[in-house]
Amino acid sequence: MNTPVLQLDALSVEIPTRHGVLKPVDAVSWDIAKGEILGVVGESGAGKSMTGNAVIGLLDRPARISGGQVLLNGKRIDNLTPAEMRKVRGRQIGMVFQDPLTSLNPLLTIGDQLSETIDAHLHLGRAAARQRAIAALDEVGIPAAKDRIDSYPFEFSGGMRQRVVIALALCAEPSLVIADEPTTALDVSVQAQIIALLKRICRDRGAAVMLVTHDMGVIAETADRVAVMYAGRLAEIGPVAQVLGAPRHPYTHGLMGATPLASKGRSRLAQIPGAMPRLAALPKGCAFHPRCPKAQNRCTVDPRPTVADGAGRVACWFPMGAP
Amino acid sequence: MSDFPQPAAVKPAEQGRLTRLWSSDFAWAFRHSPVAICSMAVVMLLVLAAVFAPLIAPHDPFNPATLNLMNGFTAPGTPNAFTGEQFWLGTDDQGRDVFSTILYGLRISLFVGFAAVLLALVIGVTLGLIAGYVGGWPETIIMRSADVQLTFPSILVALLIFGVAKGFTPVEYRDQVAIWVLIVAIGLSDWVQFARVVRGATLVEKNKEYVQAARLIGRTGPAIMLRHILPNVLSPVLVIATISLALAIIAEATLSFLGVGAPPTQPSLGTLIRIGQGFLFSGEWWILLFPACTLLALALSVNLMGDWLRDALNPRLK
Amino acid sequence: MIAYILRRVFQSAIVLLIVGLVAFSMFRFVGDPIDNMLGQERTMADVERLRVQLGLDQPFVVQYFKFLGNAAQGNFGVSYRQGRPVATIIRERAPATLELAAVSGALAIIVGIGLGVFTAIRRHGIASNLIMSLSLIGVSLPTFLIGILLIYLFSVELDLLPSFGRGETVMIGDWSTGFLTESGLKALILPSITLGLYQMTLIMRLVRSEMLEVLRMDYIRFARARGLSERLVNFRHALKNTLVPVITVTGLQLGSIIAFAIITETVFQWPGVGLLFINAVQFVDIPVMAAYLMLISVMFVAINLIVDLLYFAIDPRLRIDGRH
Repeated sequence: MNTPVLQLDALSVEIPTRHGVLKPVDAVSWDIAKGEILGVVGESGAGKSMTGNAVIGLLDRPARISGGQVLLNGKRIDNLTPAEMRKVRGRQIGMVFQDPLTSLNPLLTIGDQLSETIDAHLHLGRAAARQRAIAALDEVGIPAAKDRIDSYPFEFSGGMRQRVVIALALCAEPSLVIADEPTTALDVSVQAQIIALLKRICRDRGAAVMLVTHDMGVIAETADRVAVMYAGRLAEIGPVAQVLGAPRHPYTHGLMGATPLASKGRSRLAQIPGAMPRLAALPKGCAFHPRCPKAQNRCTVDPRPTVADGAGRVACWFPMGAP
Repeated sequence: MSDFPQPAAVKPAEQGRLTRLWSSDFAWAFRHSPVAICSMAVVMLLVLAAVFAPLIAPHDPFNPATLNLMNGFTAPGTPNAFTGEQFWLGTDDQGRDVFSTILYGLRISLFVGFAAVLLALVIGVTLGLIAGYVGGWPETIIMRSADVQLTFPSILVALLIFGVAKGFTPVEYRDQVAIWVLIVAIGLSDWVQFARVVRGATLVEKNKEYVQAARLIGRTGPAIMLRHILPNVLSPVLVIATISLALAIIAEATLSFLGVGAPPTQPSLGTLIRIGQGFLFSGEWWILLFPACTLLALALSVNLMGDWLRDALNPRLK
Repeated sequence: MIAYILRRVFQSAIVLLIVGLVAFSMFRFVGDPIDNMLGQERTMADVERLRVQLGLDQPFVVQYFKFLGNAAQGNFGVSYRQGRPVATIIRERAPATLELAAVSGALAIIVGIGLGVFTAIRRHGIASNLIMSLSLIGVSLPTFLIGILLIYLFSVELDLLPSFGRGETVMIGDWSTGFLTESGLKALILPSITLGLYQMTLIMRLVRSEMLEVLRMDYIRFARARGLSERLVNFRHALKNTLVPVITVTGLQLGSIIAFAIITETVFQWPGVGLLFINAVQFVDIPVMAAYLMLISVMFVAINLIVDLLYFAIDPRLRIDGRH
């Protein structure tokens, strides 16, 4: 597989506010290959969702892409006209949102919502679109799909609703799926099912997945590679086993120490002192240096080292575990 | 731990309340909204004009001794054919200076408006607090009455109250009490939205911990309602009050225009317009136009302020 | 659901009874009905006879129910001012008000919803901002002022349209209509704009604000994320969800058109029940006031009820009791 499905090339997003221009996404670059699941982790406000929105072109005013490029299957999509971008959404990029309750229009049946999406992209006509819709519901594991297709969203439980959402996002067979915290709003017992479903479907279709979450457990279970974001910037990216098992960036290291599953039975979870800086008050140089145990003078000046490291990259002058 | 520069600690805000208010989001939005500033300016101007009417008005339009019938129907700015006197905005059929009548009319319009809103606010907030905090029968009665009253447009309620009060008043006193009846009529027709909002907010606050804490200390119901809950439900009340003010001013103008409000002996802007309409076709347009424009400016600015306030205080729009 | 309907009907009945009580109290206690009906020259025998005839010697409750019974049959007594049965007077003047209200209402709905949707979809355009600014004026201007200004412009200055009255009317059975004559239609124009403008502005602003709220919702974002066309998003998803809350408020607003007709009819001297009511208030003609009050109440209560039931038909979530 040569061309990655998604390529972010120094993508930046800016929001002009009365406090000045904020950069919720700052020169982020990564690739996702066909059939690969890239997890994107970080704290709330780190810019993960914003990146996803930028890729699919749904940034709310006044946020806008201010630099870099987004390439889908080799073609630039960040500079398309709204009409062109509309054709891309749904058909080539599918997005799953966080809250299944509010993602579905309460006044339309799920059959209607599925059919209209299928029809918009595949132009099948009503009967055929309906058949496809039933098949889509079957695929995501909705029992008795033929009967339930005319039900309203409120007649489903949370987990079922999220399945419907997944069906909707995937029914036009996109090659890239962006899942923005798909399990955060669900019960723990249901989360595993949904994640498994997502993983299976995407593997079956060979879709590339950008899985945004703050849950390390989900990443460990599901992702092939993981990107760690901090204050809008990419801190570290690499294969899951490597990043989680032997993190190079001090922030990732701190995260692992603070994560129950990774701390392997230690009695206390280590806390990273301080908090992620607000976008309006970013420190000069590396955004993490005020909280970093290994910071030195260089860190206050030059923010963007990229040390290639095997299959990954680290944005740190003094990555841990370096020789 | 290596020594690297700690981020500078932010000094806590030791500024005075006024300074904090000035630099708050709210005040910033105000300062940067031309609409808010303009409308506030207009409202202030009109209020000041009304308050200082006796000092500003070149003539006293209600002192029969100073009126000269020969001055009647003078056009604005042109000297009168008989007496040679000039009036900025002309005179009406009785020789009264339109500018002065407008100033005094503004007085009445604003007075009735403010008083009516105040009445509605006091009644509505009190009933709302009681309904929300006490619950039970009082709440049912209050809210059902509110529902019944809400089924009807407030103008109808006001008309009704006015009509009934008129029926009870001996004819000789009708003109004198008209203003007060007007205030009561408009105020009583408007309390409902205050009550509803305050009740809703009270219900929310009632379950919060600070109320339970106050109860544990042994504070009585009225004390809790007044000192603890009331300050927290005031924000939406403020918005409603401003909008109510605009509505009250318009209601008063309407009732006066219909002939069931301020009498010609104590005319408000509405009454002046009613009088002016009679002269529209005979060519003395100024008797109508200037009071009409003043009313327009007043209603518009208060409405704009209310609108802006509502948007500024709406947490969802931030 | 049946329980809900029954409860609402019961509530409506209570409201009507209360209003009836108010109307009746007005009758009994404001001024002396006997004074008002008999002239100066009356004998004690006349007074006594009238007392019995009017049932004034009976207990309050009995009189109250008698009053209600009469009202239900359409008997509202005799107007103090005109000396004719109130019911007849109202029946004569009702068509004028109803026609005016119907035209104003239609205008308000059509233009209001249309402009509301437009300004929500094209939120940041110049046209939208202009319309919104003008709408603020529409809401701030008292109805009578609008009427007067329209008269000034179109009657006094341009002499295009009549400034008072209904023009020629044609009788269809009991109903006098102004729709069938040119002068009748012309006479309808200014009053219906005056009456409908406020409602139209309200509806427009309501539709706009509701639609903006809806357009902010997650399911709209999701719909866009699925690549649906703007037309589908705006009209299939957003509009439907917008209209549900709009319909209730609109229904109630439109009911109040009949009440606001009072003002418009006064400005244009339109011979409807509104003008009748104002004259009644000025003359303290209690029977007419009471009758108007009762009729208006019935109308409002009925509209409230219908609107509530309409909610059911539209929002599927309410149809299934108890679930979720």
